[in-house]
Amino acid sequence: MSDRPLIVAGLTLFVGLVSTPIWHGALNREAAMAALHIKLPAREKQCVAPASYMRTSHMQLLEHWRNEAVRDGQRQFVAFNGKTYDKDPTRTCLTECHTDRKEFCERCHNYAGVSDPNCWNCHNDSHVASEGNS
Amino acid sequence: MKALTPLLAVLAIIAFVAMAGHAHAGLILLAVFVPYAAFAVFLVGFCYRVARWACVPVPFRIPTTCGQQRSLPWIKPASLDNPSTGWGAFRRMALEVLLFRSLFRNNRARLDDRRLVLGEDRYLWLGALAFHWSLLVILLRHLRLFLQPVPNWLSGMERVDGFFDVATPALYLSDVVILSALVYLTARRVRNPQVRYISLPIDYLGLFLLLGSAASGLLMRFTFRVDVVAIKQFALGLAVFHPIAPRALAPIFLVHLFLVSALAAYFPFSKLMHMGGVFLSPTRNLANNNRRQRHINPWNYPVKTHSYAEWEHEFRDKLIAAKLPIESQDAATITVD
Ligand code: HEC
Repeated sequence: MSDRPLIVAGLTLFVGLVSTPIWHGALNREAAMAALHIKLPAREKQCVAPASYMRTSHMQLLEHWRNEAVRDGQRQFVAFNGKTYDKDPTRTCLTECHTDRKEFCERCHNYAGVSDPNCWNCHNDSHVASEGNS
Repeated sequence: MKALTPLLAVLAIIAFVAMAGHAHAGLILLAVFVPYAAFAVFLVGFCYRVARWACVPVPFRIPTTCGQQRSLPWIKPASLDNPSTGWGAFRRMALEVLLFRSLFRNNRARLDDRRLVLGEDRYLWLGALAFHWSLLVILLRHLRLFLQPVPNWLSGMERVDGFFDVATPALYLSDVVILSALVYLTARRVRNPQVRYISLPIDYLGLFLLLGSAASGLLMRFTFRVDVVAIKQFALGLAVFHPIAPRALAPIFLVHLFLVSALAAYFPFSKLMHMGGVFLSPTRNLANNNRRQRHINPWNYPVKTHSYAEWEHEFRDKLIAAKLPIESQDAATITVD
């Protein structure tokens, strides 16, 4: 009895699984090649921190804000350029600039495969959401 | 110490990548050429090794078994440890691959008052199981950087893995488990005298590459943050064979990528090939039916024989002349004459 057909089948399955990114990319070439375009705020040109920092570490900044605001009662954030902001993502970030959370936070998180953060379990942003959608 | 050479090799890789990543040519080499080359070596090498194994004939069942074989109806067979059917062998193999059943039998030997005492040692099994399963979860989780759109099951798995919601970004359970398991497995190799004695440098190299990959990945997540969106764009570019000139790839990312590439390229040449090899182990994947089914040697060929009778017939005259006794009938009649 020869097991060679079985071995070849197993090996083919393995190669197929390992090269998932390649065939998935070939099947969804449009989506894979498309750059992620995120609408930038119309009014404000400067974020609370440099864009490169926000791109990599916004979640750490938000966590610092949360800890300092909730635990130490410090609600003012002095930015790198000397400006002061409220440590409140709903009011500072979503109301002032990124008025559409779905188009900003969630779009990017979907792209990067990040499960949605649980900020909105507590923060009520319904007023912003309705504005953004209108 | 035998662990020193592989340790230095891995540290040299890290230093080299951290320095070379700054030059533009170095970036192309490290970010584009190295991953492609490593992937190609991995796939071709893996298939080559398995094909070589597939060409080795295994004509007979090798019943290295751990249980009662199927015999008389009133003797209870160990159908998992000594399977007599293909389905039984399949179940044994599945348990071996998914649960490392044979590692569960690992023993510990120690001298107790000059007596050899054997005891159970389940920690190797536990460490190996924890390591391999979390490695699988981590490999699958990395698909989020290679697949666009991200499939739902992947997000679901990520949510389960980050269930405890410790730290921001979330600390994955699989990361904690793999790091602890790797540290334990390395410590076991170094601290257990018997295991240290039989360990060779190549036994450490795989461990150090894995430790380096896991550590650089964790550093990238929590200490030197990287631009995940840029990395995803870059990874997708690699997947569709249209690599986008990386905007800014942090040195820590290049180190991580290189360590993983080194591991992948080293894989087919190393004992890590047990990933494919376990399926081809003749002592695991064959049913023990030697006594109920005849297995004929496929290499049997007509053997040219020369029997004593023929030989006697050939040299009859000389045998008679030398007065040697003759056995066969016709020869006997000749002697009587
Ligand atoms: C340019 C892309 C991008 C945008 C826009 C973005 N994020 Fe993120 N965010 C990420 C990435 C990527 C991660 C995951 C980082 C990782 O996995 O290491 C992340 C992670 C997070 C986390 C941590 C999640 C966890 O795993 O615990 C929080 C919280 C977060 N983002 C909040 C926000 C909020 C709030 C907004 C909108 C105001 C936002 N992000 C907009 C890319 C983005």
